[in-house]
Formats: sequence, structure tokens, C-alpha cells
Amino acid sequence: MVLKPSDFRVPQVYADWCPGCGDFGIMNGLQMAFAELGLEPHQIVMVSGIGCSGKEPHNVKAYGVHTLHGRTLPFAMGIKVANPALEVVAIGGDGDGLGIGAGHFVNAGRRNLDMTYIIHNNGVYGLTKGQASPTLRLGLQTKSLPKPNINEAVNSIQLAVVSGFTFVARSYAYDVRHLRDTIKQAIQHKGFAFIDCLQPCPTYNNINTKAWYAGEDRKDDAGNPQSRLYKLEQTGFNPEVHDWSEDLERKLVAISKAREWGDRIPIGVFYKNELEPTFEKRLADRIPFYRERPPAKQKLCGENGLSHVDLTEFMEDLKTS
Amino acid sequence: MDTAANIFGKACGYGGLYVFGRREYHSNIKGLHSYFHLRISPQKVLANINDVDLLAAFDEETVVRHINEVVPEGGVIVDSKDTSTKVLDVPTFPPEFVEEIKKFMQENNVGETLNDWLNHAKQRNVHVFPVPYMDLLTQIGEKLGIAQISKITRMINVLTIGVSFALLKYDRKLAENAVKATFAEKGKIADMNVLALNMAYDYAEQNFKDGFKHRLTKVDANEERLFLTGNQAVAMGKVLGGCRVQTYYPITPAADESEYLEAHQILKTSSGEDEAIVVIQTEDEIAAINSASGAALAGARAATATSGPGFSLMVEGLSWAGNDEVPVVITYYQRGAPATGLPTRHAQGDLRFVMHAGHGEFPRIILASGDIQECFYDAAKAFNLAEKYQMPVIHLLDKAVANCSQTYRVFDYGNFKIDRGEMLTEKDLEGKEYKRFRFTETGVSPRVPLGTRNGLHWYTGDEHNETGHISEEPFNRKKMVEKRMKKLELVQQEVPAEDKLKFYGDTASENMVISWGSPKGAIIEALDMLKQEGLSLGFMQVRLIHPLPTEEVKKALESKKRVIDVENNFLGQLGSVIKEATGIAPNYHVLKYTGRPMTTTEVYDALKAILTGKASEREVLMFGS
Repeated sequence: MVLKPSDFRVPQVYADWCPGCGDFGIMNGLQMAFAELGLEPHQIVMVSGIGCSGKEPHNVKAYGVHTLHGRTLPFAMGIKVANPALEVVAIGGDGDGLGIGAGHFVNAGRRNLDMTYIIHNNGVYGLTKGQASPTLRLGLQTKSLPKPNINEAVNSIQLAVVSGFTFVARSYAYDVRHLRDTIKQAIQHKGFAFIDCLQPCPTYNNINTKAWYAGEDRKDDAGNPQSRLYKLEQTGFNPEVHDWSEDLERKLVAISKAREWGDRIPIGVFYKNELEPTFEKRLADRIPFYRERPPAKQKLCGENGLSHVDLTEFMEDLKTS
Repeated sequence: MDTAANIFGKACGYGGLYVFGRREYHSNIKGLHSYFHLRISPQKVLANINDVDLLAAFDEETVVRHINEVVPEGGVIVDSKDTSTKVLDVPTFPPEFVEEIKKFMQENNVGETLNDWLNHAKQRNVHVFPVPYMDLLTQIGEKLGIAQISKITRMINVLTIGVSFALLKYDRKLAENAVKATFAEKGKIADMNVLALNMAYDYAEQNFKDGFKHRLTKVDANEERLFLTGNQAVAMGKVLGGCRVQTYYPITPAADESEYLEAHQILKTSSGEDEAIVVIQTEDEIAAINSASGAALAGARAATATSGPGFSLMVEGLSWAGNDEVPVVITYYQRGAPATGLPTRHAQGDLRFVMHAGHGEFPRIILASGDIQECFYDAAKAFNLAEKYQMPVIHLLDKAVANCSQTYRVFDYGNFKIDRGEMLTEKDLEGKEYKRFRFTETGVSPRVPLGTRNGLHWYTGDEHNETGHISEEPFNRKKMVEKRMKKLELVQQEVPAEDKLKFYGDTASENMVISWGSPKGAIIEALDMLKQEGLSLGFMQVRLIHPLPTEEVKKALESKKRVIDVENNFLGQLGSVIKEATGIAPNYHVLKYTGRPMTTTEVYDALKAILTGKASEREVLMFGS
């Protein structure tokens, strides 16, 4: 059965995002990517944190786990480790993933689980009425800030690269096709894939708006807006590591590319490396049957319901006779 | 030191003797005083006592701290080179302890050298056995062709064991076997240690003939036994109970359990198909609880293990698990608190914390084990409870039970049933509408693991409707709160009586001791001693802390003249919880919050004082270094 993006809608839930919110674009991108990859709803688990982005799973027909602020990745890790056959897609806001959850972000990179993480990056905490998020630049004053932002921004792409994420990309919520393609690549990537999705908040971020990204303020002589966004793939940018000898170079190039902001903002894949063993592979090296019988699929007991674990090896060391 | 104690304990076990061992250590890697207190008997032993028959000291500090625990006719083994040291020169004594030492020296007219201290002990008829450890090591080095003695100084441990067993006239073959078993995987090291053991044994036999009367004699055990710690028992119980994902962040005294599990990761089964537990060291305890919850949602039996500071970080995750009816198990080893407190020491100060931890009202189960055998079975049962009632289960333990070792008959586990509660499969769901949080009579809604075809559902930390989507509707909210909370009534009804409360001693007596957790062993032994003297008491051990079996507790206590609350905390927390639930307040408290567990001697003394009208309402215990 081939499913359409509309088969991933959840009609009984009203999506309560503001009109024009980038979250709608991400929802569409996810639904399109899932359909085009031939996934079925029950194979997917969407895990989210707190904030407007946290509601994303409620609007996508797939298993949804809407968790705590900043704890998206630990929940997602537990689910994936228990059943690695699941397609786990973690969703979070920039505050969720890079503020309160920053420790989990860094450590997720060390593990390289085969899953996808999409951060909704809009520079503000929307649900609590527009405070500065960790991706808002120093000195900017979005409309509900009493004073300009006193902290410098964290660069999520750079942080992801140095933390060990093996697929690092950026996309844009209003370029749904690009987002769909990026999500598809991320899901197909063997390892931990991170997408920094620029997602203008129409209510609280009056600086990095849809019009700002589109370059409405900088028209050429013919009156056409000059978009601030450009696609890495159209510049011949090569993000992929085919041999470990190329790794440092690719990482440095990605980090350097990620410094671009302002009038030219790259989107697309910054870094990709499938040589690094996934966490599942590392587990399978210790537990040869891990993929066939992961924790969620073990029987625990025989037909009679009695626990069938044999503790002989444990007890042998402890015996006093 | 642990190795030495284990060899000693094992050797006694080989001779059919029962052992109870307690490990005390500082929060450092090496250099501060640590010790292992072993009690050995042909009869079962359940706790430590104050009296020491034989003290084996590796250093001066051990002598100073423990020599006054040695009874007349007891013995002290010391390094013969050390005796001229001035005790106040020992650099590891903190100033507050120096004051105590000075006071002792003044009051008892004891001089400043270790020799003076040993002479003072001799005046109390304590035998002193000086052993030239360095000479013995040099001789061993010569035999083995090792010139550098520093490479074998660790073997002082084994020398001490050799001397101890010689003094106790214990079968040296059994000690040899224990050494071999301990170093089984290290080949040559085992031989070296056997040699050291025998040289020390010979030295003591030849040199110490002055009438040390204590003997260890082997008996026939007639059964297979284990000598194990609470950490090990919990780990085994967990895999028996089906735990297949364990998450943790390193913390004392919980981490040993997770490491033990990881070392035994591949699980043999009677069905022939191996299973395995995945152990994940997470970046913090927040990740530990939440990834365990995630694994539980995916259908694995999952747990985490921690102590107070770690549990503090888990509290928000606990609340989520309660809201979302997640069957997650948390093994909680209490230690001295608040804050970092006494990181390696014992306490039972977190009972009220675990009862109330987490914002909002949600159901949870709290099980408290009183000894190492209970740790084993309760660790397994916790998973059945968690899945049957779909709520977090906290298995509440403490440092004492975690790190003490005890002899038991080999645990029988063949009859342990896995009960996964109401769980639906893809087939059950075919053509049906599934709602994860369906309102049911009992409050328990059939569960479906994430990833199951036909079972799509949602979880959210927000209040939710039956499908799992966010809902702020008052009517739904009321029903959902009631649905969750009424599961506790089911727990009350269905948990077997012996898993709620256990009774010991003379339950018809007008005196009833109440307690929970690790003081159990000392209480049972104290009751036996008092019975010999015609003093009658019962003991009610509370095992199901929450939901408290209120009616049963009330019935057990309402006609009692004296209710005596025994706990390792300042507030008498269980006593106050019982008072709150039943209106019956304990009239006496026996409390200890020094960071050390209660000994049988102390509990005996306190209970006797209470029964003979010589005690205050609040007896505070102090023993132990």
C-alpha cells in the first residue's frame, strides 16, 4: 500500500499554531517525506519536547511521544535502543535542544544512534511569549524582549559537527520541498542525523521573518527580492566523507561554512559520514543477536509464563561450595 | 581490602559457616580509612554486633579507631614496624576526631604512641600479635625472584588472612581454595597469593602460642550457598524479572549494580535462545530516567538505578512517567544526605522524598526490601507490578543493604512468573479502534508497545484524552485524574499480604517494633536475644511503603501498648507516615543518623531500655566508626 502525505494527517486534532507558523511547513515536510519513503505510520515514532514544536507529533499520524522540556533525545534514545527497527524522528525547539537540553545534544553525538533530530530554529521561546532562545544573536531585540539579547548565539551546525553527529544539515520551513528532501536524506542516513530547520516565528521574532529570509528588504534593480538563503548543493559543496583521511577537512569546511549568516545563509547538507559505526552496530558487536532480538522483542519467559533466565553463571561466582 | 574481606568470607563459607559482612569506606579513591566488618557463625547471622573478637589492622589508623571495640580475650594483628608511631601524627585524622583521641588518652591515661595504645589494650586482656609484614614480603619476594617489594605490598591483605586463620585454627585448605577462586582468572597471581597465605599461616603458628581462645571450626553445610551483596542480588533479580534495558549515571552506592549487569550482559535461558540486557551509561540521571521510560514505552522492561542526588534529578521524569502510566522501575539506594551528604555512608532519610517526589498527584508503588534475599525477589517483582498497574515502581534500598554481604541458601527462582499485565498485540487490535488511555473500571487501560501495527497512539506530558492527545477539558481532566489514582486501590487489593507487611517475633505481645529496610536483621536478632531474657516483642516490617496497607497496619498496631519505631533517620519518617494514615503514633523512636547502620547490640540495648522503663522516647544510636 502506497501512502500519500495526506494519509499522515491527524484530522481529529486541531493544529493550534499561529497562522503562518513555520511549524505547518515542517509538518508538511515530514508527512511528504514519510509518504515518499514508503513508511507506514506504525513504523514511525515521533518524539518531541516542550514548546510549539512539541506539538508536531500530535499532528502527524505516527506513534507520538510528546515528552519533557529538553528531554527529547533521552526518550528517543530509550525507544530506539529498545527497538532499533523503529524509525525514530525526534523534534524539538532551539531552546529545548540547545538550551535546557544541550547536554543531551552533545552526548547524542557521541553515540551516533541511527535516528533523526530536527530542531525548529526561530530564535525565540514562542510558547512562553517570546524570550530569547539560544540561537538568537547577541544584541538583537525581538519584539517582546525588554532589552537587547545579552548572550551570543550558539551555532547549532558547528556544535553538531564537533559533537559527533554524522549527518548535519540545515533547511527552511517555508521551502517544503527542500525540507522534505533533507528529511528523507536524514532518515536514510546510517547514523545520527541532525537538521537545523529555520522556522520563522511570525508572532515573536520580528527580525528573522519570512520576508527577511526571502530578502524582501533587498530587491535588485528589477524589483525582485534577493533571498538570503542559498543551497549548498547548488554550489558544488561536498559534505561527504568517503574515507577517514578526509574527515578533518570536511569537518573544518562545514564549521567554516556554518559561520555564514546575515546576507548569505547556506542551507543543505554540511557534513555527512557513514563510516562511523552506529550505536546499534556497537551494541551488536557485544550482543550478536541484538537486531533480531532487541530488548523490546525478547520473550522473557517460556510458554508457561515462568521467567526463563538461567542465573547459573551469575551464581557460580557467588557460591561458597 | 575488599578482596581480603571477600577471601575471608568465602573461606568461611567453604567451611559451612554463615557470614555477614559490612563494608565502610570514605568518598575517596585511596588513603582514607576503610574497613570490612565480618561476623561469622555456624548459625545464621543477620547483622553486625559491636564486639570485635579479632581485629586485623593494616595501618595505625585502624588500630586507633577500632581497638576499643576488641573484647577482652580478643586479638589485634598489627604491623610490628609501626608501633612507635605517635598516633596524633597520623595525617588522615580530621581535627574533630583528634579531639576525641586526645580526650580518650587523657581520660584513660594512655600514652601517645601506638605501642602505648596496644599496651592499654593488653591491660584489658587483649592479645596483640605483631607481624613483620615487610620481612615476610621480602622472603616471599626472594622465593618468587621479585626484588622490588613495592610490587607485592598488596599481598599484605593475604598475609593478614593467613595470620587470622592460623590464630583461629581454621582449616588452611579452605583459605587456599578461597584465594584460588578469587584469583582464578589470574593464574600466577593465585599461586603467589597461596604462597603468601601459607607463609603467614606458618609464621603465626610458630610465633603466636599465647592462648588466643577464639576458634573457627568448619561444619557441614548440607546445602549450596551464596555469599553476595545487595547490589549483586538486585542485578540478578532484575534480569530474572525481565529487565532488558538498564540506564544509569555513575553514583555511589548504586553504580556497582549496573556494572555487574553489564559484565553479565548476555543472558542464558532455559529455552536455549540467549537474551541480553542493554546497559547504557547516560550523560546524567535526567537522561537515565527518561531513556528508561522511552524503552518501557517501546515494550522493553526497563529500569534505572541511582541514589539521592541522582533521584533528585529524575523527579521531573518521574512525574511524566506517572502521568503517562509508564511501567518504569527505579532502584533507589539511599545514602547519607542532604546534598552530597555522606556519599559512601548509610541512611534511610528519603522515604518521604520518594513518596512525594514529582509535581502533581500521580500513582506510584514503593517497595522496600529489608535484606539481600528480599532485594533479589523484590527486584524481579517490581517489573510485574510496574507493568500490571502501569506506573513507576521505586524499589527503595539503602547503602547498608547494597554493600553488605551475607550468606544465603542458593536462591530458588524456578517459579518466578512474568506477568506483563494487560497488553494487546497486532492481532488483538485488528479492525478495532485503540485508545491508549481508555477509561476502564479498574483504571488500567490495555497497553500496546510503540511500533505495533493497528495500535497507533500518542503520549504527552500534558493532560490528555483517551487517545493520548492534549486535552484541557475539565470533564476529561477529572476522569483522567481519577483513572490514574484509582489504580492504587487495585494495588492495595492485589499485592499479596507478605509483600505488604512481614511480622516477626511475638506479634501477640503488647510491644511492637515497626521498621522498614535494612535495620531488619538487627531487629530480628535483638528480638531473639530479648526473648531469651523473657522480654517479648513483635516486629512489623513494612515492605509496601506506598500505597501503605493502612488497614493492615492499623489492625497490627491498634491494641499495642508500645509502638517502637526503628529507623536510620532523624525524623522517624515511617512512624510519621503511619501516624498520618492510621492515627496511631509510635510512643518510642530508636533512630540513627551517623551514616552507619544499626548493630544488633545497639538495637538490643535500646529496646531493652525501653521495655524496662529506662529509655527516653527518643533513643539515638551512635555506634560505629
